[in-house]
Order: sequence, then C-alpha cells, then structure tokens
Amino acid sequence: MAQPAVKVGPAGKPVKRRAPSVNWGPYLLLLPSMILLAAFTIYPMLSSGYLALFHANLAHKEPVFAGVENFQTLFTSDLFLKSLKNTVIFALFTIPASVLLAMWLALQLNRRLKSVSFLRAAYFYPTMLPLVSAASVWNFFYNPHYGPVNLLVKLFGGTAHNWLGDPQTALPAVMFVSIWKDAGYFMIFFLAGLQSLPSDVFEAADLDGANRWQQFWKLTFPLLSPTTLFVATISFINAFKAMDQIFVMTGGGPENTTSTLLFYIWQQTFQFWDKGMGAAASVVLILILLAVALFNQFYVDKKVHYE
Amino acid sequence: MNKKMTFFDWAMYLTTAAVALSWLIPLIWMFATSIRPETAPVGTGSMLWGGSATFANFQRAWSAAPFGTYYKNTVIIVMGILCMQMVTITLGGYVFARMNFRGKDLLFVAFLLQLMVPAEALVVPNYATVDFLGLVNSRVAVMLPYIASAMGTFLMRQTFKQVPRDLEEAAIIDGCSHLQVLWHVFIPVARPTLAAWALSSISFHWNNFFWPLIVTNTNEVRPLTVGLALFTKAAETGADWSLITAGTVMVVAPLLVAFFLFQRQFINSFMRSGIK
Repeated sequence: MAQPAVKVGPAGKPVKRRAPSVNWGPYLLLLPSMILLAAFTIYPMLSSGYLALFHANLAHKEPVFAGVENFQTLFTSDLFLKSLKNTVIFALFTIPASVLLAMWLALQLNRRLKSVSFLRAAYFYPTMLPLVSAASVWNFFYNPHYGPVNLLVKLFGGTAHNWLGDPQTALPAVMFVSIWKDAGYFMIFFLAGLQSLPSDVFEAADLDGANRWQQFWKLTFPLLSPTTLFVATISFINAFKAMDQIFVMTGGGPENTTSTLLFYIWQQTFQFWDKGMGAAASVVLILILLAVALFNQFYVDKKVHYE
Repeated sequence: MNKKMTFFDWAMYLTTAAVALSWLIPLIWMFATSIRPETAPVGTGSMLWGGSATFANFQRAWSAAPFGTYYKNTVIIVMGILCMQMVTITLGGYVFARMNFRGKDLLFVAFLLQLMVPAEALVVPNYATVDFLGLVNSRVAVMLPYIASAMGTFLMRQTFKQVPRDLEEAAIIDGCSHLQVLWHVFIPVARPTLAAWALSSISFHWNNFFWPLIVTNTNEVRPLTVGLALFTKAAETGADWSLITAGTVMVVAPLLVAFFLFQRQFINSFMRSGIK
C-alpha cells in the first residue's frame, strides 16, 4: 500500500498546516478603543485601589503607605457615612419615583391623539438641558423670598419655606429636580416597550373578558419588565453619580444633608486635597457600582421576563 | 392603544396634560425672565412679565463673561469627541460583529466595565492620569475619557450584525481588504445609526459638566456649562435673574431649538443609544 500523500498525526487525522501567523487584524482595529479603555476605565479602577492604601494629602508631600487606615477613617467619619446614607436615600427615592412616573406617562401618552407629541416633548425637554442650568433655574423656583414654589404654597394657605436651606427639605428638593429631569427620558424607553408588545395576547385577554386593570398587572407590567430593569439601571447610575445639581443648588449643605458619595469624593480630593481619602471613597463607589451591575447580570436578569 | 377612550381615560389623560404644563414652567420662566428688563422687580406682581421685552440682558451677559470663548471650546470639544468616537466605535463594532479571535470575550468585558462604572466615579484617578500626561487645563483632557465608547461600540455591533453576509463576501471575492469592506459595505449601511449616535453624543457632551469642571481652570479652555455655572454663582449673590437666565438661554438654546425642530430624530436617537 502506498504511503498516503497527506501526513498523518498520532490520532490518524491529517496534520493541519500551521496557520501562517496570528491574525493581528482584529487587535489592530480594536487598539484605539482598548488603549483608551485601559487608560480611563480599567487602570483608574486599579489605581484608586492602590492610592487608597496611602496617606496622600497636604500633610504628606510624598505618599506614605497606610494600609487600610484610610478605610478605617472613612467608616468612622460622620461626613462619609452621612454622604453614603444620603446617596442611598437618593437612590431609594428617585429610582422608583422616576421609573413609575415614566411608566405612567408612557401609558398615558401611548395614544393616537394629536396633542400626544406636544405632551411627550413637554416631558422630554429637560433631558436636553444641562443639569447645571436646570439646577440654577430651580434655585430660583426654590428661593425662600420670591420663588414660585413658595408663591404656590402661600396660594394654598401654607407659609413660605426655605426649601434648600432647611436640612429637612434640602435633599427632597434636590431629588425632585432629578425626577423632573429624568422622567421624560425614561418615558421614551417605556413608549418603545409598549409599542413592541404583542397585540394578539391582548386581543386574547379581551376575548377572555379580562378587564383593563387585570390586563395591566397580568400582561403589560410583566411584559415591560426588561424595559423597567434597563431604566432602573440607568436611574441607579444617575443617582450614584448625582453631582451637578448638588454643586449648583446646595454645595452639599445645609449641615451636609445633601452631600452624596461623589460630592464627598470631589470635596476630599479637590477641596481638601486629600487624595488618599478621595481614592478610598472612590473604591467604595466603584465597588457598589460593580456589585449592583453583577447582581443585575447574574440574578435579576434571570427573573425578568423576556420574550 | 386604539381602544375607545372611556371617561376615566380622558380624566387620566387630562391630568397628564395638566402636569405637562407644570413641567414646562421652568422653561417658560427662563425665556420670559431673560427678556424682561433688569429693573423689573422679581416676585412681586406678575411672576413672568415685568413690562416690555428687551434683549439688553443678553448683551449684558455676553459682555459679563467670555461666552464666545466658551462656545468655541464647547464646539471643539463636542465635535472632537464625536469625530474620534466615529472612528473607534465603527472599528470596534465591526470587529465584534464580524471577527473571531482569541480573547474576544475578555475584550468585550473591558467594554462592559465602562457601562458599569461611569466616568464620573473615576474622576480622581483620571485626574491623576491627565495630570501625569501634562494635560490639565486643556480641551484634550476634557475629551480623552469619552473617545472610546462602549455604548457606541455595542450600537454599531448591533447594526453591523444585520448586514447580509453575501454582500460582504461578494466584496471580499472582488479582492477588497477588511478596511475596504468596512468602508464600502458596512459604513453606508450604518449611516442612520451613526447619525443617531451623533445626536445623543452631541447632546451629552454639550451638557457635560463635572469632568470639564475638574480638568479646566482657565476661561481659555472652559466649555459653556462650566463657564455658565461660575457665571451663575457670581450673579446669584446679586439675585440678577435676568442676567442668569439670559446666560442660561444662550447655553441651552442651540440644543433646545434643534430638539423642538427635530423631535422625532432626537427621541429615536436617545432611545437607541441609551445614554444621555
């Protein structure tokens, strides 16, 4: 029997010719993005973890290794704990409020009426404003002496109130601006979600005599859950990066009742020049963001109803 | 919803309409105050109207702060980011849609990380990086963290995945290289996606504040939002709302006017790209 023309390997399979070389094409094409992602997304996550282990502030010209001391200081600092608490409150109120309001608006504005597009624009336009400018307009609205909010309150027999100056009301007043700003933006995702719902399911429900209320709770709400999750995630990130409105409206006050995590980070780093503490607080923020993202990815995602 | 509206439906709808008007009040007030005379007292009498309209506030605002320079900086920053993003997201989207290679999943995760941890959370280390590069107080520093965009890359990947394989194969048989295929086959298909991306990218960066605030410290490189915030802080002590609103209107007008003219395009763009 003649030798086979093809070389045979140990398993009796023909040996593949070695690939000429690694194909560098995809790596080259990704290079611009990868360099920038490495420099401004991945490296900063690691470097804040590293810098957090050092005393790096005005008292230490050269950073001095501190171990976990910065974290110990953080978690015994009233200001940090208060900022953390404020951020959590901010998230716990603004996420459900803006998401539910957005869902309601989408349900109301998913109609074939002429006025619908005007009303959608009326709710959506705050998205187009810079948050800082919107916040300075709201500064006027909340003004204790002549702000329209107080005019309205007085119209209904109340007394004038210093909304942004009172520790009780400052944070709610700032949160309201975020809800005003985001509701219309979130609404457009629910509108898209509503328009992609399968109409035959609803026709079947009609035939079965399900009323509107049942249809909403048994069909619309569960079918919208991927949209709800998506919107809630954006809302969560917005809550944890809330900064612009606080910078303009309250500067973290009164009595630090509007100091959030990011505001604290900014203040430590760029006001007190304590980079070690700023980095340590950044690590806490990054870990919270990553933990929630992973929780979404691996737990919530499985419970959400997808078509 | 094509069903006939009941009385209850109408009541709900009218409530939504009434609330919409209250949503508009800040906008209406902003425009009304920007054209009312400086001397007209605030709060007393009519809230919105203090007499005859005037454009003097805009002149005052324009000369009180270097808005011309701010405008130039914002336009340079916004267009700079957009142009470079167009390149990175097109290349990245193409690679993830059409190529298989070692480590693809790992690189994909690197992009995902950018979605999970927004740039705002990384300002402290990123400031250090920009400082190390000697770029503090420059427009380039404002642009750098945003040039690679996970959102944009994923958007382009989705678009490119819908390009029929035979179209691409025909081009390869004709002897086109990857870049030529990208240029002649994929980019023409992706034009609407790129346009949608452009609208939301421009809106986001026109309005961006926190990072530019941190990395700029002179008027020569500050964008509009940062300039306006400082201008407002100074004017608020004098409670000169006509001046503040005139400045604000100058900053927000281009985007707002564009939005009201091209509402559908803007809303579609924001819906697709899912960023602000």
